[in-house]
Amino acid sequence: MSEQIDARGLSCPQPVLLTMEKLKTLNQEELVVLVDTDTSRENVSRAAASLGWQVKEVQSEGEEYRITLQKS
Amino acid sequence: MSRVKEFFASRTGIISVGLFIGVLAALLQKWGNPGNMGICVACFERDITGALGMHRAAVVQYLRPEILGFVLGALISAYVFKEFRPRAGSAPIVRFILGMIAMIGALVFLGCPWRALLRLGGGDGNAIFGLLGLAAGIGVGALFFKAGYNLGRTQKAYPSVGWLFPLVILGLLALRLLYPQIPDQDKSGILFYSLKGPGAMHAPLAVSLIAGLAIGMAAQRSRFCTMGAFRDLFLFRQTHLLSGLIALLVAAFVANLALGQFKPGFAGQPVAHTMQLWNFLGMAVAGLAFALAGGCPGRQLFMAGEGDGDAAVFALGMIIGAAVSHNFGLASSPQGIGPHGVAAVLISLIVLVFIGLTMRQKA
Repeated sequence: MSEQIDARGLSCPQPVLLTMEKLKTLNQEELVVLVDTDTSRENVSRAAASLGWQVKEVQSEGEEYRITLQKS
Repeated sequence: MSRVKEFFASRTGIISVGLFIGVLAALLQKWGNPGNMGICVACFERDITGALGMHRAAVVQYLRPEILGFVLGALISAYVFKEFRPRAGSAPIVRFILGMIAMIGALVFLGCPWRALLRLGGGDGNAIFGLLGLAAGIGVGALFFKAGYNLGRTQKAYPSVGWLFPLVILGLLALRLLYPQIPDQDKSGILFYSLKGPGAMHAPLAVSLIAGLAIGMAAQRSRFCTMGAFRDLFLFRQTHLLSGLIALLVAAFVANLALGQFKPGFAGQPVAHTMQLWNFLGMAVAGLAFALAGGCPGRQLFMAGEGDGDAAVFALGMIIGAAVSHNFGLASSPQGIGPHGVAAVLISLIVLVFIGLTMRQKA
């Protein structure tokens, strides 16, 4: 089970802040981030890429997104 | 559809939107809007406040259609791209106060961040101090974020929650159509119209409205935000939004040169004053308020169009901030700061620091 961040309901820049903090200290190859706006989805994806992570998968669940990030 | 989405999320996309806004702003000035004020979210909301008679500064009363277009354009775009997300409930009273303070600070400088860029792009050197202040204010905001500042989660809401602000905007549009300007009259129905000053300078209604709609749609898609530009640079070393901001500045500069609107200097610039300390501090107050609220005034309008009730509360705070600014002598004029501008800036700073320090999650 990969680690998970729940950034639903949080507005800019919280989802990115949480994701980046976690990515910097994470010992796993994968991180799941839950967001509920397209803006957050784009921002989290962009931030992950800047740290050398890639977006493995984005699952749409109703109005929410489940982003799986993977170390590239 | 997804290719359009990808384009606007790309760096080329955000740069294109910046260029589009910069050129359109210069053109709006050509078509009648005030000097270096083709677009100014703060000034235009202040003018709307005046048009409704909530302040009686006779030179800044006009129901600016651009602002209406921003919200409605973002609403249309959000629906077309299935991004309308009715939500609310993240510390609304704080957002209201932040909106008020943002407006108070912006009116000490005389402009929102967009106008600061347009002023610089038109040759107004005083804008440099405003932009430095903006960056400084956002820099302080970034420190608060690093220390755990957070306004808390928003909640999903009924569609009508997301619709209320756009409906208010539609109501304003109806008023504007119902009570058009009557030549040489300062009032039409319940709306006030400036007969001189910046409020008397405006592009034709249809032009302003269409330009506003186009910008609203483009900015909703690209998430264009002048506060985010600096914040992301300071917090994450990211330059995505910043590239859009620079594109706006360059486009405005080139378009102003081409249109003969570039007039470099410090004294006698349109709707500007030369008290640099207060240009800096006014915008520092505004910048910190934008940072703590998560968006520049333009971005707040676009988010309100997407159904964000908290952004709508921020925008309403700005309207009340404009009323307070002009009724109580806090706003600057080309002659300099208002009689109570200094007190306003200092009190605003204290309130912002209070909010920044006390609203945080303990680790």
